Amino acid sequence: MGALTLTVNGRRRTYRGAAFTRLIDVLREDFRLTGTKEGCGEGECGACTVLLDGAPVNSCLIPVGQAAGRRVETVESLGSPEKLSKLQQGFLDCAGAQCGICTPGMLMSAHAHLKSGGKADDASVRTALSGNLCRCTGYQHIVDSVLAAARGKKKKASRK
Amino acid sequence: MRSVGKNVSRREGPEKLTGRAVYLDDLDIPGCWHGVTVRSSVPHGRIKAVKFDPAFPWSDYVVVTAADIPGRNVVTLIEPDQPLLAEGLVRHREEPIALIAHADRAKAYEALKHVTVEYEKLPSVLTIADALAVKEKIYKDDNVFKSFLIRKGDVDQALASADVVIEGEYRVPHQEQAYIENNAVAAWEEDGVLVVRGSLQCPFYVVKALKVLLGRDESKVRVSQTVTGGGFGGKEEYPSMIAGHAALLALKARRPVKIVYDRHEDMAATTKRHPAVVRHRTGLTRDGRLVAQDVDVVMDGGAYATLSAVVLSRGTLHAAGAYECPNVRVRSRVVATHTPPNGAFRGFGAPQTLFAAELHWEKIADVLGIDSLALKRKNLFKIGSITATGQVLRESVGAKSCLDVVVRRSKYAQRRKEYDRWNADPKKPSWKGIGVSVCHHGAGFTGSGEVYLASRAGVALTRAGALVVLAASTEIGQGTNTMFAQVASDTLGVPLDWLEVETPDTHKVPDSGPTVASRTCMVVGGLVRRAALDLKAAFESEHGRVPRTRAELKKAAAALCGAKPARRFEVQYEKPSEVTWNDATYQGDAYGVYSYAAFAVELEIDRATAETKVLRVTTAQDIGKAIHPLFAEGQIIGGCLQGLGWALLEEPVYNDGVMVNSQLTNYVIPTSLDAPPFDVTVVEKPYSRGPFGAKGVGELPMDVPAPAVAAAVKHATGRLIATIPLTPERITAALAADAEAARV
Ligand code: FES
Ligand code: FES
Repeated sequence: MGALTLTVNGRRRTYRGAAFTRLIDVLREDFRLTGTKEGCGEGECGACTVLLDGAPVNSCLIPVGQAAGRRVETVESLGSPEKLSKLQQGFLDCAGAQCGICTPGMLMSAHAHLKSGGKADDASVRTALSGNLCRCTGYQHIVDSVLAAARGKKKKASRK
Repeated sequence: MRSVGKNVSRREGPEKLTGRAVYLDDLDIPGCWHGVTVRSSVPHGRIKAVKFDPAFPWSDYVVVTAADIPGRNVVTLIEPDQPLLAEGLVRHREEPIALIAHADRAKAYEALKHVTVEYEKLPSVLTIADALAVKEKIYKDDNVFKSFLIRKGDVDQALASADVVIEGEYRVPHQEQAYIENNAVAAWEEDGVLVVRGSLQCPFYVVKALKVLLGRDESKVRVSQTVTGGGFGGKEEYPSMIAGHAALLALKARRPVKIVYDRHEDMAATTKRHPAVVRHRTGLTRDGRLVAQDVDVVMDGGAYATLSAVVLSRGTLHAAGAYECPNVRVRSRVVATHTPPNGAFRGFGAPQTLFAAELHWEKIADVLGIDSLALKRKNLFKIGSITATGQVLRESVGAKSCLDVVVRRSKYAQRRKEYDRWNADPKKPSWKGIGVSVCHHGAGFTGSGEVYLASRAGVALTRAGALVVLAASTEIGQGTNTMFAQVASDTLGVPLDWLEVETPDTHKVPDSGPTVASRTCMVVGGLVRRAALDLKAAFESEHGRVPRTRAELKKAAAALCGAKPARRFEVQYEKPSEVTWNDATYQGDAYGVYSYAAFAVELEIDRATAETKVLRVTTAQDIGKAIHPLFAEGQIIGGCLQGLGWALLEEPVYNDGVMVNSQLTNYVIPTSLDAPPFDVTVVEKPYSRGPFGAKGVGELPMDVPAPAVAAAVKHATGRLIATIPLTPERITAALAADAEAARV
């Protein structure tokens, strides 16, 4: 069992253990970052979505060894309850979270989509979120949340 | 200051949005072990031996069998028939037999491979037909857990004299709740009190079950809910089972133990929607007025009674649909099979029978040559209508308003013609269709259920000036926390952020009854309002007025509380005097009031692959009053998408008595790309007994999609397919059968 390092939410972290341990377990159990959720453990629900070098991945399918030397971002990297990010504020305003279990994964997929310059229209957002299952909302308020956040951003940018 | 009717922010929203909300598996419980479950691999058999591999290091583990149960080996619910751990006999696949715990999750799972159960296989009954034929006795002499009979008028005579009599048979499958957080419960002992935390809907159910299992006083059991990642009924009764398992392991291991199911185990072993077969025989006049409805309902309950009797009751009471008919007979039964018990799922029996009642109109329309919409309009409930149980609908009947809105906003007539033209053109690559449904859904417990429950809720004022809503109703995503704070603050006339909502913890809150049956807002919300009114009166008489500032609140609190740390204002449910119900005859006011919904769906079916795309949904739902319009809309859209999933995609496949597609890979629920755009209108026909006029909203959205989808598929293809889900395979098979029949 070796040690490997990865950057999690901007911090260099060392993991000592088997390289095939799932990234989700390392995040949740070793680093106590429990914002990332497990809904299926087989790459279907997207609740475990984190960003690996900026791209969304299912952390239940990734052995931690694959993240060695790379950048991992989890929901904890966005805002705090006191200071929500724009995207999180969009979800609060548009009721994008109900039970909330899919929310961290949704946020990370949406965050990656917007950050990478993805289009802020209904069809593009739905495609970007199509790997994230939500059983509560019927998706419409989630899509509204993402679009509201994207529009908010633009508005602010144009005001500058 | 008023917050009712406003879209205030979700109370626990910031925590949920930042990953700080603590779900069960996120709890940091020092020294906690992981529990796993040894389950049966035969649908029916005698356990000959449970063998533990002698080469395995069992001394590192804690193992529990039925012999370790200090009280009675039964999961207390309605009937005492379901054991916590099978003893001697197994009656379904995935039935719990033994429990294992270890400090390490992977090692706990590893141990399952080193236990073998030897069975003497017994004949099994796996279908409704075999259960009714009593191929093997599972429950009493006839395998019928429960039956009901509703009678109004003289059905036989009315059928004999009707202009036309039209028969139909409709079938619906199981459905998996598929909450994204799997079941999860933890237990430990603390100062002689067994503490249970879990992802669950009904903390007091768990207390009642543990009391019997452990043979301890209720005061020695404390159950509190953790943030719960969806329930939809699936966390109504099964958590009592898991809590029993976790408790036994924790007591034997003398340390905390948590049991977190993986997706496969959750899907294969826990409860689902009851499959059903519903037959209609309907007499009408030539111009389409109902004269008689004869309905027969059979549901598959699985191996144990669980909540089947209550599910059947609700199914029975909705079986005639939202229509007035002078002569009605509904006969219903729920039978036992050697399959995992079915249980609560949003709608609770009603979506099954309403599917049949609504879709049957398409058949009637064909025979009479009258459009189904016109037929529905002619017979629909209105103020003054008398239901199958003889209930007079005195107020808050929004059925027609909902239907009018949906017909108008969906451009129903125009679309119908447009799609007729499209479908008539053989060069088009697809068929298109539009279908409409309209349903009612009773809010709260059936008949005298609320009286038996005698629910309590309250508002507390602490000496320090905190205002706290006390209720056992759980937040499972629907917005309970926010909505209770809205109701209490508006009733008191104080700012929303003065209100706190206590965690549902059985040592802190009164028993408000279960979080089910669309009762949280209407029934428990009504109790919160009454308790707040009592507090308001106390403020007025003992302090002179309701405080207007925080400082004044503190002063008033000190005065009202005196030496006590807090004063609780608790109230108990009181039956509205006009509601009467007879459980023996099933006559009277089945529910205090009904909510109503209409739903139009447009879809497109690929002519080559028979794949269906839902283009658009238009729905209007009369829920009395939307306490929080955006959350109400969220319930409606979310519930409707579950209904669309049931209608088009979701089908648990059973083989040898167990669900074989117990994974999200092959049990397909709708994604963001499957979900259509929803046009939602909330209709508000206030109910005089509901808080601010509110009725129930939780389940209603589940009722309407399936019959509308089947009607739209009929419009598109010309074929009435009376079984869901309408998968490409099923549509193809139905059309092929038609083509075959045309050739002969
Ligand atoms: S938990 Fe990783 S995709 Fe479901
Ligand atoms: S909010 Fe519950 S699963 Fe998405």
